[in-house]
Amino acid sequence: MSLSPGDIVAIEKVGVSAGVPPPEGAAATVIEGRSPWRLAYERLRRDRASMISLGVIVLIILVAIFAPVVAAITGHGVYEQFRTTGLSPDGLPVSPSSHFLLGTDDQGRDILVRVAYGARISLIVGVVATLLEVVIGTVLGLAAGYFGKVVDTVIARVIDIVLSIPFLLFAISLVSISHPSLTIVIVVIGIFGWAAVARVVRGQVLSLREKEYIEAARALGAGPWRIMFIDILPNIVAPIIVYTTLLIPVTIVIEASLSYLGVGVPPPTADWGTMISGAQQVYQQAWWYLLFPSAALLITTVAFNIFGDGLRDALDPRAEQIYK
Amino acid sequence: MVRFLVRRVLLGVFVMFVVTIVVFIIFFVGPGSADVARTLAGREATPKTVALVAHRLLLDRPIYVQYWHFLDGLLHGNLGYSYYHGQPVTTILKQAFPVTLSLALGAAVIWLVLGVLSGVLSAVRNRSFWDRIVTVIALFFYSMPSFVLGLLLLYVFYYQFALHGIHLFPGAGYTYLTANPLKWFEGLVLPWITLALVSAAAYTRLTRGSMLDVLNEDYVRTARSKGLSERRVIYRHALRSALTPVISQFGIDLGVLAGGAVITETVFGMPGLGFTAVHAIENQDLPVIIGVVIVASAAVVVANILVDTLYAVLDPRVRLH
Amino acid sequence: MTETGASSHRVAGTDKDVLVKVENLQKYFPVQTTSLFRRNHDQVHAVDGVTLEVRRGETLGPVGETGCGKSTLARCIARLCDVSAGRVIFDGRDITGLTPRQMRPLRREMQIIFQDPYGSLNPRRRVGSIIGDPFALHGIADGAERKRKVQEVMELVGLKPEHFNRFPAEFSGGQRQRIGVARALALRPKLIICDEPVSALDVSIQAQIINLLVDLQREFNLTYIFIAHDLSVVRHVSDRVAVMYLGKVAELAPAEDLYQVPRHPYSNALLSAVPVPDPKKSSDRHQIILIGDVPSPIDPPAGCRFHPRCPKAQERCATEEPALASVLGDSAEHVTACHFPVEKGEDLSNTSRVSVPPSGSQTT
Repeated sequence: MSLSPGDIVAIEKVGVSAGVPPPEGAAATVIEGRSPWRLAYERLRRDRASMISLGVIVLIILVAIFAPVVAAITGHGVYEQFRTTGLSPDGLPVSPSSHFLLGTDDQGRDILVRVAYGARISLIVGVVATLLEVVIGTVLGLAAGYFGKVVDTVIARVIDIVLSIPFLLFAISLVSISHPSLTIVIVVIGIFGWAAVARVVRGQVLSLREKEYIEAARALGAGPWRIMFIDILPNIVAPIIVYTTLLIPVTIVIEASLSYLGVGVPPPTADWGTMISGAQQVYQQAWWYLLFPSAALLITTVAFNIFGDGLRDALDPRAEQIYK
Repeated sequence: MVRFLVRRVLLGVFVMFVVTIVVFIIFFVGPGSADVARTLAGREATPKTVALVAHRLLLDRPIYVQYWHFLDGLLHGNLGYSYYHGQPVTTILKQAFPVTLSLALGAAVIWLVLGVLSGVLSAVRNRSFWDRIVTVIALFFYSMPSFVLGLLLLYVFYYQFALHGIHLFPGAGYTYLTANPLKWFEGLVLPWITLALVSAAAYTRLTRGSMLDVLNEDYVRTARSKGLSERRVIYRHALRSALTPVISQFGIDLGVLAGGAVITETVFGMPGLGFTAVHAIENQDLPVIIGVVIVASAAVVVANILVDTLYAVLDPRVRLH
Repeated sequence: MTETGASSHRVAGTDKDVLVKVENLQKYFPVQTTSLFRRNHDQVHAVDGVTLEVRRGETLGPVGETGCGKSTLARCIARLCDVSAGRVIFDGRDITGLTPRQMRPLRREMQIIFQDPYGSLNPRRRVGSIIGDPFALHGIADGAERKRKVQEVMELVGLKPEHFNRFPAEFSGGQRQRIGVARALALRPKLIICDEPVSALDVSIQAQIINLLVDLQREFNLTYIFIAHDLSVVRHVSDRVAVMYLGKVAELAPAEDLYQVPRHPYSNALLSAVPVPDPKKSSDRHQIILIGDVPSPIDPPAGCRFHPRCPKAQERCATEEPALASVLGDSAEHVTACHFPVEKGEDLSNTSRVSVPPSGSQTT
């Protein structure tokens, strides 16, 4: 049997502080909140694997940026064909040596330099196309999830259609009827990729839409776009970030695949996929031509995936739980 | 339940309809009618042939008439005629399909079993040594592009073996099952491994994640506290819910593959749907391209419908949507 | 001053005194249909013809069981949803048909405090930002000025102003509810709708928050619509109480009158269910146990909504819906919708129930 509120009110009127007792000697010190972001950041920092892979990613970025430096140091341009020094008398690639650190390709070009330049393409396409997809997908997913009804039906149907289209075939087709270029590749990947993001975002928004704080925002007079970006978005930004980080390696692989099939960035641009495709003809004689671009590709994707996994674990509060 | 099914099928039909429009626009409207005729006729065609093709394909008629003709043909199972190959598209596709099917189904069985088993084991022995190993291996293969894996496998198991006199696997090509079962099998081993390992890794991750989620649920904790043996808890209670997203993903992946495992087929030179399509694109053989695209889209749509239906059967809540 | 109330009772005033008026308000929700082809015409009659006024400075307390329509009524008044029929008049202005854009400036005048202290605050936003929203949205203050105003209102509700950079997760339930109060109070609205503001809190905290609300009302001359299902809370806070059942008002009276002389059998049943601390008094009481479940709001009973469960129901109750009027010599302030209202001292627990088969109602 508890006291009725009336009695309790009388007791309370004696005066009990509503808040946490102030820190020792604190006047009006502003207390910084321990934001969820800060906690996640600290969790991430403690994850050694993620930190190492982050280092690798930074390294790859540096290699891409300083590729011209690599070319300068070795003295070999990225498109330069060394038909005498770079090819054997039979016209086959030369193995790694002090002259060509990673060997040459079927046209006598320095593989080290081309791998370095190839990083540029992979990273640019990987990051730009992914960002494009994520931005489009988030905006459309937000709109579909929040506005509902007609807007949602239309967008959801478009998502269904885009996801039903066999990506690789369409990508190849689209590139083939136009002029292959870096921009085309980015656009083609982006046009199909946003749908998966939008679907995920839409699902998240639907689960948040009925929350009371959204209703509170409407009661205050907030318009739909303000609610979407200031109230809903912060709550879904964590999964979006993780998704983006894990999407980058997927995009990189797609770009490499397109190049491998011959519909990526046109030659003579140095690109890992194109190099691997070229290597397929001569790998029996020139294993280095196959190995080094493949290794570069693999290291890049593994690094992004490890980091992405680490990011997900850091941002997911359930990671704190002890299973079993 | 029937209503649900009808709704899904209607939706699928609608999606296919839009896909045909998109395909039509890309290939017929985009390049312009003169180019279309020339492209359809093939690179080698003479101007006379081109004019004939243009006329036969009603390219001088308004667009909606062309589309109707196109759609009409589709509905009657006529996917066009490949001037490049000199055969109806349907024939070409019929030859290519078994290749893709053998590849896809074989790999699918391998990756499903491998992926699910390792995922479940990993989740159950969470944070143990095995879990870490499996997670690392899965991440490694998940990151690997399939063509890289394929080429590496070829290098080791085909080339290096051949250097040492072992001729176990062919370097390329495909033998039909009906012609020579053993050779069929040999020719498929490396492609199967390629396709399966990469997908298995994805399934390991998916299953592990899903299983971990389920093992954390209250009802699993209840089952344990009832005193059920751990094995029973896992296999009878947790696994069923954990597998639902895996099954649905599997259905969709199969659907996508049915349209052609483009990369794997290209690496191993197997004349399946994907390989055929890629070469068609290289040769500007439009009818074949269109044919494969439509078949592939249809496969994805059908797979989606089947998966949704299966989901609805397993989870009654879905039907109320 | 009686032991229950800090607020004084209002007697019937002129129209200038009326802040909110609803006239024959109806709100129906269509039932979700699963079929593509068959259109389902069923509707949930959440609010089915309610006419009320809320006077300036008073606290009106709608009470009733879950599903009686009190929350929906509040949301209709706040125009958080569209009205199916009837009118809502706020401060003399008909706001029934206003678009969200037109409603916007009016939102400064009416605010809501929500029930769930854990759900009504965005977990990813800092408290200062949440409370600052009203200022931001209506362009009242910016930057340092806004911060000052936010901290000012935080102090008013009993929060430490230096906590404005914290996240809701770092506060207790009671403190979070104070944040909700601060947010509602920020622009000094005329009307605050409190939708079960203390139902999710521990009893001792409930007292704190109720006290706070009562103090604020006095200081800022606020008008409250205070929804609750705990009758002892309502009694403490409200000037007038509206007992609701299945979307209609069963009885409307000044708080004390209702608790002393409840006229409607349903009000009697509700009051008899309130736990009484004194064990002796409790065992002396005769509880009125209602038979049956609350009928479905999709197909409410004909005539008086309550008749299938009413201990006093007669034939007339199944056919003729009673109007809301003063009965048995009550003042004009005390109205009841009942053909056979309860006399003072009448003991309903002993009445042998004349079995009136429910007509036109759905039992699940």
